[in-house]
Amino acid sequence: MMLPYPLLTLSLVLMWLLLNGFTPGHLVLGILVAVFASWAMASLRPDKPQLGKWYLLPKLFGIVLYDIVKSNIAVALIILKAGRRSHNPGFLTVELDIENHTAIAVLAVVLTSTPGSAWLEYDSNDKTVLLHILDLDNEAEWRNTIKNRYEKLLMEIFA
Amino acid sequence: MMQSAADMPVWAAIAVAFFLLVGSGLALIGAIGFLRLPTFYERIHAPTLGTSWGIGGIMLASMIFFTVSSGRLVFHEILIGIFVTVTTPITFMLLARAALHRDRAEGNGNVPDKPNRSQPAREFLGESDPRRG
Repeated sequence: MMLPYPLLTLSLVLMWLLLNGFTPGHLVLGILVAVFASWAMASLRPDKPQLGKWYLLPKLFGIVLYDIVKSNIAVALIILKAGRRSHNPGFLTVELDIENHTAIAVLAVVLTSTPGSAWLEYDSNDKTVLLHILDLDNEAEWRNTIKNRYEKLLMEIFA
Repeated sequence: MMQSAADMPVWAAIAVAFFLLVGSGLALIGAIGFLRLPTFYERIHAPTLGTSWGIGGIMLASMIFFTVSSGRLVFHEILIGIFVTVTTPITFMLLARAALHRDRAEGNGNVPDKPNRSQPAREFLGESDPRRG
């Protein structure tokens, strides 16, 4: 096939133009590099991600940006008051329903870039993930955020 | 056309200063947290301040400054943000899993066991723990 990964090829062209500035010469060079890179990628034969409702991606992006702002403020406050031990750190095991590798990877990126929650390890046998939460006052609320706020949306995006 | 920083319009100068202060302030708080938080698992949360809105604020400030001062849209900084966001979880998971492995093997702290592996309580394991040494 000519273009095994159209999205990857397009992003590589865009990245090339962002880095080098837009000129017709760089457009041609960028397209050449991107096409050869996507052929190289195809020979690695990774699982091709199945996009379902891809138009929900901006919604996920907005939710995550908002949550990152909120948790940045929360974690900054915890650190500034750290001498008084006002927070309650703890481990949390969550059962996941998503199996798509790309979706799990996106969830890991989301939870890691949100300060206050860290993705420790995923067990593919019983499909659980071990998280560490900096302020685990309300365990049910954390579970609810992960399952209903992120996972549901991810399952729709990666059908 | 390139201007010097002093020629910037006031609104742009305020926006650049605001985002620079937010970004560098968060990075500083993250560094303080890295120093002050008591346990390893708590400390891994602190640098994420720097890798989320820390980098985000400085990135926005840079984008606004160079867009205004060069008179054309400059936004290739967004690539730094994307790559930092996508690559930090790899380092974090590597560090966290190394710490988990060590704590489980040495039996220190109240670290949860590997899931799906029913184990007797730590106190009764002693030297017979197969994952030890």
